[in-house]
Amino acid sequence: MYEILRKESLNDWVTRMEIAAPLVARKALAGQFVILRADECGERIPLTIAGCDAETGGVEIIFQVVGGATMALNEKKVGERLADFAGPLGNPTEVEGLKKVAVVGGGVGCAIALPVARRLHALGCSVTSIVGFRTRALVILEEEFRSVSDRLYLTSDDGSYGERGNVCAPLTRLLEGGERFDEVITIGPLVMMKFVAQATKPYAVKTVASMNPLMIDGTGMCGCCRLTVGGEMKFACVDGPDFDAHLVDFDEAILRSKAYAPFESEARERHCNLYKGVR
Amino acid sequence: MMANMQAQKHPMPVQPPSVRRNNFSEVALGYDAETAVSEAQRCLHCKNRPCVDGCPVGIDIPAFLADLAEGKFEEAYRVIAKSSSLPAVCGRVCPQERQCEKFCTRGKKGEPVAIGRLERFAADRHMEQGGEEPPPPERNGHRVAVVGSGPAGLACAGDLAKAGYDVTVFEALHLAGGVLVYGIPEFRLPKEIVRRETEGLKRLGVTFATDAVIGRALTVEELLRDGFEAVFLGTGAGLPRFMGIKGENANGVLSANEYLTRTNLMKAYETDSETPVWRAKRVAVVGGGNVAMDAARCALRLGAEHVYIVYRRGREELPARKEEVEHAEEEGVEFKFLANPVEILTKDGCVAGLKCTEMELGEPDASGRRSPREKPNSGFELAAECVIMALGTSPNPLIERTTAGLAVSPRGQIVADERGRTSMKGVYAGGDAVTGSATVILAMGAGKTAAKAIDEDLRGKDR
Repeated sequence: MYEILRKESLNDWVTRMEIAAPLVARKALAGQFVILRADECGERIPLTIAGCDAETGGVEIIFQVVGGATMALNEKKVGERLADFAGPLGNPTEVEGLKKVAVVGGGVGCAIALPVARRLHALGCSVTSIVGFRTRALVILEEEFRSVSDRLYLTSDDGSYGERGNVCAPLTRLLEGGERFDEVITIGPLVMMKFVAQATKPYAVKTVASMNPLMIDGTGMCGCCRLTVGGEMKFACVDGPDFDAHLVDFDEAILRSKAYAPFESEARERHCNLYKGVR
Repeated sequence: MMANMQAQKHPMPVQPPSVRRNNFSEVALGYDAETAVSEAQRCLHCKNRPCVDGCPVGIDIPAFLADLAEGKFEEAYRVIAKSSSLPAVCGRVCPQERQCEKFCTRGKKGEPVAIGRLERFAADRHMEQGGEEPPPPERNGHRVAVVGSGPAGLACAGDLAKAGYDVTVFEALHLAGGVLVYGIPEFRLPKEIVRRETEGLKRLGVTFATDAVIGRALTVEELLRDGFEAVFLGTGAGLPRFMGIKGENANGVLSANEYLTRTNLMKAYETDSETPVWRAKRVAVVGGGNVAMDAARCALRLGAEHVYIVYRRGREELPARKEEVEHAEEEGVEFKFLANPVEILTKDGCVAGLKCTEMELGEPDASGRRSPREKPNSGFELAAECVIMALGTSPNPLIERTTAGLAVSPRGQIVADERGRTSMKGVYAGGDAVTGSATVILAMGAGKTAAKAIDEDLRGKDR
């Protein structure tokens, strides 16, 4: 089980893999995630599903190498197997009745935004995609977005590709110009989603953020993924991962996302040392 | 034979507190054969057998003690195995002082017979000596799905497999055992024992499907449609409870489930584990149950210098197993009784301490424990860099939300009758998913009861 069927680099830091997981592929919808472990003693990593094929049983994941666990995952080759791959977890993104949507993705979050845009497009919804990256070398999935969007806006922080600046600029321009979206769906770094929520608030357009907090079991047991939404405690794994972006306490979520940073760097250090020995 | 009239139990050999607080190896080392025989000889074999009534699964305690007293260890094991699916587990984690041993006649003058320790001895001995396994049962061709591989699920699966059913156990995590592997620490229940118990079930023909999230990958309805004639839901307790006080989402506030899962399931204490765990000099654990004791003792082993148990009632009211409280105390856990947290103090988004009020005890409440109330104008601060909430859980909504027609209580627990039957035909439930947080043995009992009901109902169908 869980054989790696395909693997490709989207850029120097981001990898796309297709994993054989028929049980997940049969049910997965845009917005849901999996929890995987690369190896027997590996960490449980939650990753949003980037795409799936119920017929072949393949599930696509896109990840950025950020720590020991994703490093170990990235070491795996086509034909090798992952230790575990459980899902689909979380609630699918709600797409019912939507006619005109702006999908706003940032960085590796675009990998998660793409299946949402794809699903909306397939349902006949008008899709405006706004995707942002730090710099040209980090741009991923441009063609894929173009093929499922009625309009595509691409930004880079340093202006090396597309429009200079962040995703809020084209979004605000559209809203100011009188565009009426049924919904804005935003997926990306917490800071970006916070600013997207701020940008849409004055226009009273419903805005949904896909949250990806730390979690362990992903089934409503550990409480690690809790966040505050509209003053209430919510668990991303069973109540989300999508929430009303105007109600999410992003500052708290940003703090919580760094909770294990001091302990993780230890683990990463250990991992690198492990590989040093091998090489 | 004359009973051994020694008034006290034979003491359990343990790792010394100063040593064990620095390792995750098992604390209680177990009786040797000689001690076990001598302890078993303390049983008076009284006519009314009150101990058996105190056992949630009705083990024939005097019978297995008689075998032990004569050195017939494998026979003793077989007596236990008739009623218990997980003897090596229950011998270690049952609250015997509130069950079998509470009613032991020897307890009226002196200490009761150490039934739990002897159960453990018989089970361990059987595992070590590799006692003869009964031949795999003849299959009856009926398929049953068990959802969750904790004590309820394992017990249900075991009894059904023994009766010839083709059982598949679905587990959402990567390892079978439920709370026995993610919750109860290695030093109290070695994972090797859980592994051997699940291996035993595999030999009986039980199939384990890990990484299988029922309610998501497959629904209960799909299981029934796919040819499972009955489904047992042993999904366990659910979402961790928090207090709803200020500062609770600060970094360094964890549910006991999270802390224990990182430590036990993910083995964060081992150097080759990739999973990080919170390490702090001062750790405050809020709650007084076994889970609180487990979290506190893990914190010591992960290097904390001060570990506090903050509990709103008094020592007498602690719901934890007596032995766990004693072990925690010996290891250096500091108890703050009659104290209730009202705020988590933070600094730069991280925990800096716990603000508490003092409590006093009033009249007994519905659970029979004296209910605490705030002492006016009292309060103190406890410096800590980590706060662990061990306050129990509220039901997991996953199955309920994806199973139309499954009745749940207003609090969200699955409704099941005393035989484990739910509102849906062919669907049974038991354990914490039905009762809320309880014990391993009660969950196991519920699993066994449901197995019996499933067997009867499916046999009825044959006729």
